[in-house]
Amino acid sequence: MAEMAVESDVMEAAGPYDRARALSAFKLGDITFYWVTRACAISVLLILGGIIVSLIIGAWPAIQEYGAAFLWTQRWAPSADPPVLGALGPVYGTLITSVIAMAIAIPVGLGIAVFLTEICPLWLRRPIGLAIELLAGIPSIIYGMWGFFVLGPFLANTFQPFMINLFDGVPVLGTIFAGPPSYLSLFNASLILAIMVLPFITAISVDVFKTVPPVLKEAAYGVGCTTWEVVRNVVIPYTRVGVIGGIMLALGRALGETMAVTFIIGNSFKIQSSIFAPGTTISAAIASEFAESDGLHQSGLILLGLLLFVLTFCVLAAARLMLMRLEKKAGN
Amino acid sequence: MNFVRTIVAAGLLAASTSAFAADITGAGATFPFPLYSKWADAYKKETGNGLNYQSIGSGAGIKQIVAKTVTFGASDMPLKPEQLEKEGMIQWPQAMGALVPVVNLEGIKPGELVFSGELLGDIYLGKVKKWDDPAIAKLNPKVKLPSEAITVVRRSDGSGTTFLWTDYLSKANAEWKTKAGSGTAVEWPTGVGAKGNEGVAGNVSQTKNSIGYVEYAYAKQNKLTYGAMINKAGKTVQPTIAAFQAAAGNADWAGAKNYYVILTDQPGEASWPITGATFILMHKAATDKAASQEALKFFKWAFEKGDKMAEELDYIPMPGSVVKQIEKTWTSEIKS
Repeated sequence: MAEMAVESDVMEAAGPYDRARALSAFKLGDITFYWVTRACAISVLLILGGIIVSLIIGAWPAIQEYGAAFLWTQRWAPSADPPVLGALGPVYGTLITSVIAMAIAIPVGLGIAVFLTEICPLWLRRPIGLAIELLAGIPSIIYGMWGFFVLGPFLANTFQPFMINLFDGVPVLGTIFAGPPSYLSLFNASLILAIMVLPFITAISVDVFKTVPPVLKEAAYGVGCTTWEVVRNVVIPYTRVGVIGGIMLALGRALGETMAVTFIIGNSFKIQSSIFAPGTTISAAIASEFAESDGLHQSGLILLGLLLFVLTFCVLAAARLMLMRLEKKAGN
Repeated sequence: MNFVRTIVAAGLLAASTSAFAADITGAGATFPFPLYSKWADAYKKETGNGLNYQSIGSGAGIKQIVAKTVTFGASDMPLKPEQLEKEGMIQWPQAMGALVPVVNLEGIKPGELVFSGELLGDIYLGKVKKWDDPAIAKLNPKVKLPSEAITVVRRSDGSGTTFLWTDYLSKANAEWKTKAGSGTAVEWPTGVGAKGNEGVAGNVSQTKNSIGYVEYAYAKQNKLTYGAMINKAGKTVQPTIAAFQAAAGNADWAGAKNYYVILTDQPGEASWPITGATFILMHKAATDKAASQEALKFFKWAFEKGDKMAEELDYIPMPGSVVKQIEKTWTSEIKS
């Protein structure tokens, strides 16, 4: 008995000792993990800060030279002495192409998503889903080439003349859809952008639509709702936040897309009332002129880049605010 | 471990061979890239020495040679003599090219339409808007011109080609000089911008009633309808190698300091008015003297044996008198 007690004493003595060692080993692992992940997370802030700081340093000569007038000057004359640079043209082009692209892509993208999750027969689901994924995987330069060789000529020869004739003489619309038809225009670039961002909206919408509990939908069908009413009153309200997130991601891409747009926008810094006229975007302007630029011209291009950064930040911040308000409303 | 060892060995091998073969590096203008790579290929076959040329644009090429990260820089726009002095560099023209106006007009044959610098300036200013404008009709009394709007096509990216084009328009059209000026990227009063020579060529060939400007080689390869020009002497000239070389031959190379000559609008009855040379830039006292000597050997070889290859690619070799002068400059200026 005594012997056994001794043995158990030994065991008990060994027990807590091992336990402490094991626990401290766990603790070490835990602390390492904590700090590694924390460092990873903080690195995002450092990288972002580094980008902002280097943009500001690069843009500083242009900021000093042009000041706030950079924002509302339309003239872009890098060869003048000294260069006269203004961001109004590219900023206008960036906003207008993004707005048109989203106006086309949101309804079409949501339409595809609703069809895929609610209406599509099973055998068609995979081909359409695959096609969407492929659309997202095509490099932007391919979109640019396709836009230049196929879409541009098609739009210039058929769609644009039709719209120009249709709205000829109509106030406002007549100036928005004014000729001459062009292979390279704001509208063509917007359409390419719409196609490019479509998969972002569709894929995310499909994923969030799938999260709607079947019970909710079945209940709605049970009380006699049509498919449209289920989508309108159950699916969309339930997934609102996710859908808006997808739209914002798409908008971010549309604002910053470079290569495809450079190919088919026509690269003109002049603001024209017609959307069938050539224009430019911030990223297209930088991509076009950066390689051969120097001095104030290059600094001005970097300032354009900084502006795009700020613009994207504002758009994302506005989206956050909108989401917060929506959630509050839903909470009430 | 074996695997790692193999990779390290392969890496060392690659590093040692590349250090041996490609010790001449150059960067700059995109326009002469096909020519330099063809020369480099033939040179390597003959001598075993390679050359690595990155076509990153004239402006970037100048930056690289100033920063001494390459053995030579290449630019379509010559540096001003005082700038060269400041950086302790020399420059010389290595080859020439020419620009031609190209059009897409139904029923018009290559070389049929005649332009003057003044008229091209007015078209690119947006002042001449239609093809049957009296200003065009006056120069082309025998051609039937359509009453269609002119689509003006130009480069969107900054380029040496645009520099030559706008430099010529500035010389030939006073209003262009004050409104747009000359440079690798300018304030375009009108028109759509396409990327690269190939972009402009593609755009013009696709767009009816359009006008553009491209390197002669691109016009020829894409079978575009080029126009004839009225030169400084008032004569109508067709874009031919002889006309391009006449422009170079009539230029005052001997009197120019550091070969600072822009070949547009040169005198002479046979001269094509929109001709330009592409320049090589090197430091007088390079940090890597061996590489520098190697590069000079290559350029000497190119002057001696590269003419035929240049002509095959539609570039224009430098006239012999200019080459002699350049070789003299090498021996007197470059320290070995």
